[in-house]
Amino acid sequence: MEKLYKFLKYTFIILWTVFIVAPFLWAISTSFKDFQSVNSKVTYIPWLDFEPTLEGWRVLVKSPARGGVDIVEPYFNSLFVTCTASLISIVLGTLAAYALSRFTFKAGFVRNNDITFFFISQRIMPPIVLSIPFFIFLSTIGLLDSLIGLVVVYIVLLMPIAVWIMVDFFNRVPKELDETALIDGCNPYQAFYKVVLPNSIPGLIVAGMFCIIFGWIDFFFAFILTFTEVQLLPVKVVALNSSITPWWSLSASALISVAPLIIVAFVVERYLSKGNLSGALK
Amino acid sequence: MNLIAKHLTYKPDDQYHLNDVSFNFEKGRLYTILGRTLSGKTTLLKTIAGLLNPDSGNINFEDKNFSKVPVWERNVAMVYQQFINYPHLSVYENISFPLKQRKLNEENIKKNVDDALKTVGLVGFENRKIQELSGGQQQRVALARSLAKKAKILLLDEPLVNLDYKLREQLREEFKTIFNEGLANETILIYSTTDPQEVMELNGEVIVLDEGKVLQTGPAKDIFENPINLKVAEISNDPPMNIINGLKIDGKITFENINIKLPKHLSQLDNKNYNFGIRSSEIKLSDSGEEFEIELAEISGSETLLHLKRGSIKVIALIEEVMNFKIHEKVKVVFNVDKFYVFAEDGKLISSPYRINNG
Repeated sequence: MEKLYKFLKYTFIILWTVFIVAPFLWAISTSFKDFQSVNSKVTYIPWLDFEPTLEGWRVLVKSPARGGVDIVEPYFNSLFVTCTASLISIVLGTLAAYALSRFTFKAGFVRNNDITFFFISQRIMPPIVLSIPFFIFLSTIGLLDSLIGLVVVYIVLLMPIAVWIMVDFFNRVPKELDETALIDGCNPYQAFYKVVLPNSIPGLIVAGMFCIIFGWIDFFFAFILTFTEVQLLPVKVVALNSSITPWWSLSASALISVAPLIIVAFVVERYLSKGNLSGALK
Repeated sequence: MNLIAKHLTYKPDDQYHLNDVSFNFEKGRLYTILGRTLSGKTTLLKTIAGLLNPDSGNINFEDKNFSKVPVWERNVAMVYQQFINYPHLSVYENISFPLKQRKLNEENIKKNVDDALKTVGLVGFENRKIQELSGGQQQRVALARSLAKKAKILLLDEPLVNLDYKLREQLREEFKTIFNEGLANETILIYSTTDPQEVMELNGEVIVLDEGKVLQTGPAKDIFENPINLKVAEISNDPPMNIINGLKIDGKITFENINIKLPKHLSQLDNKNYNFGIRSSEIKLSDSGEEFEIELAEISGSETLLHLKRGSIKVIALIEEVMNFKIHEKVKVVFNVDKFYVFAEDGKLISSPYRINNG
């Protein structure tokens, strides 16, 4: 019985791993093919099935004038927009969340929970509802088709996530911890950054991870709010697909697009496996 | 130079957390606040610490209006019933945290921390992480942190309640020495608890609190011997004092077909109905006694608690040995009549075995 259970368990894990990893293997293999090897017959293994070439990768860094599609600039644009927006969202979101968790706000019928809900409600609406207001807003202040404009829009998208995660996190940090800090001679600001913040690192990491993921994968707003001046990676990758689909360079660009997320996942996984995410506070 | 509170009232919802609380605490003394859960003990301590603002009333300390001083400038220390320490800091850093906050020099900090560690018996634990400590050790760290501060007001909010039985007894013993040796005469020590036994052992000045109201103040012995009403008698005894409604007629007390010869200290009593109070330790098993039915028998430590019933009367008897009883078994018990309290129908103490009071 025990053995059967073990057998089933490992079979499942192996199948699942194959299911997850197969597309990556397929993409890696395809990225080294040329037109011939993609279109002639089914091929998998380099050197045996087909002759690997770096053409698919080379296209990505060549300038359009020399027949390439330069994704280097969009790549760094995306990195800049995602990181800046995530950072600002985390800083502002954490402060807002702390206030919502610890102080009581009253304005008419509005209470803390309502304010928290307002933040999250940004994410309830389908993004298309927000696209027209954003477009008009950015064109009015002259930030359409610019990095700063994108950062502003992404903060609107990402901060609710940060607030939501951090409110929940702070609610689970005992209030007595802040109070002890106050009694021990901290003013409220010192209590926050000397005591509460160092104990909130797990929450900050989770919130940061979500912000980076949601910022990085956004296609819709990057597509609507930019034209020629600025391009973000997801838009550029889709634009690769012209009259003939260049599977090799599409695969290569897909691989380097997910690379940052994989790195983030590995870093966070280290924290998770150390058990640091919940153990700090009872 | 005392800590004086006048008419503190705090009513955040439809219930009083503090209801017109006034007191005058002197330096170098120990005050215990006795009350059940939700009686306002924590609220009172938080108000003294400055974490809560009362709706009305004010606190004066060293002839200054304390209400105007923010928490972080009050120089108080507090130990919570939950073990609250800074999880991201080591034991040493935890204890030195308030001292660093006060910008003492490194040498001074080290000396204070070492002294505090010695007092609570945690020498050698300096570099441990808080999460690596047991509950009792965590509470010792919290206590050390508040001792090292040498605060002028030290607040302890049910510090032992979350510890297991043995540890509680042990720490309670140690508290007495810590409080006697470890504190300067400058300190006002305020200790809140639900446990009457702790109050008796610490033997300080007692404030009995119920629903935010001060019911009685006085030395521990006085509260124990002369609770001014039924409520105090209930709160200050564990198990609660047995209350029996009975009739006093010429020379005897009767209830449920039991007649008890009137003890001397009650001889002045008028003939009518009273609430008679008797501690559970004053009810003894005896073959010459009255028959009661056992409803429940609890064994706690080295004692047995018998929940007894006869007609409409229910009492709890504390037997000082471990004995096995069957439920619904009949046992015979006698009441130690010399230890009878008498309360009026409205709950006021009329007479106690320690003080005859016919008013």
